[in-house]
Amino acid sequence: MCLAIPGRIVSLDPDEPGEATAEIGGVRRRVNVDLLREEGVGPGDWILVHVGFALSKVGEEEAREQLRLLAMLGEDGVPEPDPGGGEGGDPDATY
Amino acid sequence: MRHIDVYRNSDLIAGLLGRIRRQVDPARTYRIMEVCGGHTHAFHRFGLPDLLPSNVELIHGPGCPVCVLPRGRIDQGLAMAEEPGVILTAFGDMMRVPGTLGSPLRARASGRDVRAVYSPIDALRLAEANPDRRVVFFAIGFETTAPATALTVLLARRKRVENVSVFCNHVRIVPALEALLAPPGAGLDGMIGPGHVSTVIGSLAYEFIPRDHGIPVVVSGFEPLDLLQAVLLLIERINEGRADLVNAYRRAVPDGGNAAALAAMDRVFEERDSFEWRGLGRIPWSALRLREEFADLDAERWFPPPDAGDGAPDDSPCGRVLRGLMRPTSCPLFGGECSPEHPIGALMVSSEGACAAYHAYRRGEPAAT
Amino acid sequence: MSRLPRSPIIEMADGAGGKASRRLVEGTIVPLLGDAWKGTLADSAVLDIGPGRLAMTTDAFVVRPLRFPGGSIGELAVNGTVNDLAMAGAGPVALVAALVIEEGTAVETVEAELRALGEAAGRAGVPVVGGDTKVVEHGKGDGLYVSTTGLGRVLEGVALGPDRVREGDRVLLSGPIGDHGITILLARGEVDLEADLRSDSRPVWPLVRPLLEEDPGAVRWLRDPTRGGVASALNELARDRGLAVVLEEAAIPVREPVRGACELLGLDPLHVANEGQFLAVVAPGAADRLLDRLRSIPGGEGAAIVGTLREGPARAVLAETPYGGTRIVDLLEGDPLPRIC
Repeated sequence: MCLAIPGRIVSLDPDEPGEATAEIGGVRRRVNVDLLREEGVGPGDWILVHVGFALSKVGEEEAREQLRLLAMLGEDGVPEPDPGGGEGGDPDATY
Repeated sequence: MRHIDVYRNSDLIAGLLGRIRRQVDPARTYRIMEVCGGHTHAFHRFGLPDLLPSNVELIHGPGCPVCVLPRGRIDQGLAMAEEPGVILTAFGDMMRVPGTLGSPLRARASGRDVRAVYSPIDALRLAEANPDRRVVFFAIGFETTAPATALTVLLARRKRVENVSVFCNHVRIVPALEALLAPPGAGLDGMIGPGHVSTVIGSLAYEFIPRDHGIPVVVSGFEPLDLLQAVLLLIERINEGRADLVNAYRRAVPDGGNAAALAAMDRVFEERDSFEWRGLGRIPWSALRLREEFADLDAERWFPPPDAGDGAPDDSPCGRVLRGLMRPTSCPLFGGECSPEHPIGALMVSSEGACAAYHAYRRGEPAAT
Repeated sequence: MSRLPRSPIIEMADGAGGKASRRLVEGTIVPLLGDAWKGTLADSAVLDIGPGRLAMTTDAFVVRPLRFPGGSIGELAVNGTVNDLAMAGAGPVALVAALVIEEGTAVETVEAELRALGEAAGRAGVPVVGGDTKVVEHGKGDGLYVSTTGLGRVLEGVALGPDRVREGDRVLLSGPIGDHGITILLARGEVDLEADLRSDSRPVWPLVRPLLEEDPGAVRWLRDPTRGGVASALNELARDRGLAVVLEEAAIPVREPVRGACELLGLDPLHVANEGQFLAVVAPGAADRLLDRLRSIPGGEGAAIVGTLREGPARAVLAETPYGGTRIVDLLEGDPLPRIC
């Protein structure tokens, strides 16, 4: 019911508290991070962006744990992937 | 893309599908509702329904804010665009949704200033850039989107921007689920809990479902592996007769939600006594409006709308689809009188609408009986 | 001799047919087109083009903003039309251009677009042999509209059309999709996004011609996936031919920022416009050879075989995922609109 997508914080806006620039799949946008002020966010953090607002931090540890579980569930001995899998410098990545 | 591609890993998907096929009891059916229209869209976009065993039936829920908006509210919003100097802003999702007198796009074609925005903040910026105009933001969405509107209202107040207002149509997911599950219910065996609204309200908001209604709930993300994992976890639970709540989207959803978002909503909004939902009728305490303190930023006080509708239960086919009582392809209007080119209901317009998803991705499959 | 109109903006008089008009055409337009101008300012251009089959096409160009990363309306107006000729298997022979200028538009803007048009015509190797200019009142146009009509000569031995397409044929795509549409969306500034992305606007004849020369009989259908994207182009083929086009989703090249913008805005790259790509349906036996040929041409490195013609479901385009799921790839209803749900 709501489209939200993971993005990485590039920088916090020094003039506008609560405003940051995030990169989402090679696209940059100003994102409001005010809803995460209690947890605190900074450059390099992954956040979930919806209508220009960060709703939550994407937990690396939780992501790893889910992938570990998923690799086990498949039973076929698929090696556990990394959450960053698929990311890379390939400019013509397929979708 | 990080945190996306890995959840589309073909090997893992194949493994998970194998596991699901082995776990399924061929002697029974599994009626699983995905509450969220985003889940409906994702299931179809990734071609998953065909890969699931045929006795796993996916039932589409009411979690599509565009689909549940009664046409009267769209008419009211469009009436605001008729007022002098008004720029009506809305999410792109709304632009093709028909009211009784046409859609926002048609209003624009007739010369009204109607613009699609990506964020409520963009509506505020538009107001700042056009001080001689009055900008109305047509706010829709569940608690996922409501905090963004709330922060925008607070920001407008702080910056003393006076030429922006919100036409608030934010709705709450839990009252809708309560209405849906109330007897006679939709005969569900399990539920895929919405993912992104849960980042705000927390997964614990659904505790009442296993407790009071005896069916398991798995809160899920939106990638193929997330969805298949949720289906598997539900099948295991249904087989065992175990009704519990699982947060399978821990990487984004804290059990308790986002306190700052809830606080911002509480600061700006109050609950309406009752609100009409398309297909579900009037549901008490199911929607939000701006508090009295923010009356100057409330479009409904700028332009008091005439009362819309009598709230009688909606017996249209849309309502039956929204409540999980009918498949889109079983609707007599599907693909004929009602199509994306000539939509009769929002379910055929919104990319989250079950009918639009069926029409776009599954057209031509035989109608279910 | 090339005296500019005195005003820095275009005025109604510039299109009224009198002195100002003449000054605009002879003093500004013609000199700025440079070497590409091969016209005479007579009422019609007269061409001596010899034997063979001709292709003729016309296109109107409306784009906001007029300039964007990787291109502008003047350049599009050439590339769009010569690409339509190329899709008929024709190399461009001549072009005429009509400008509709909104009163009040900066003369500078018009000059820049004429220069772009002339340069693009030079790159595409097509002479501009005639044109027309009109000025409309302020508020009645988006600065500048350009319409071009192109004449081309069809390469010998080429026969293209949906009726030539057979079950089993392969679909070749010339490079990554969506660059143009997303670039324009971002350049409008309405979604407040930034990316290192440029329009793919270019003439595709230098890529198409070698394929046709390599094996004219093996290339059966060509289409440039402009507005409506790859989805629209292939849906038209599926409908016209009564077959199914089955795409291999993982084989479709999409650049990272296009993908990112599409994920963020809820769009499908298959619906996004291109201005420098083409789709070719080719005989199955020749597909790999033609792909290699295409990849060996500068600008064709990103080409890929992305799908196959199948018997059914008739008149549909499907996308297959690597794990065996399929979905229907429908036509887009209207313009792509960013969505939040």
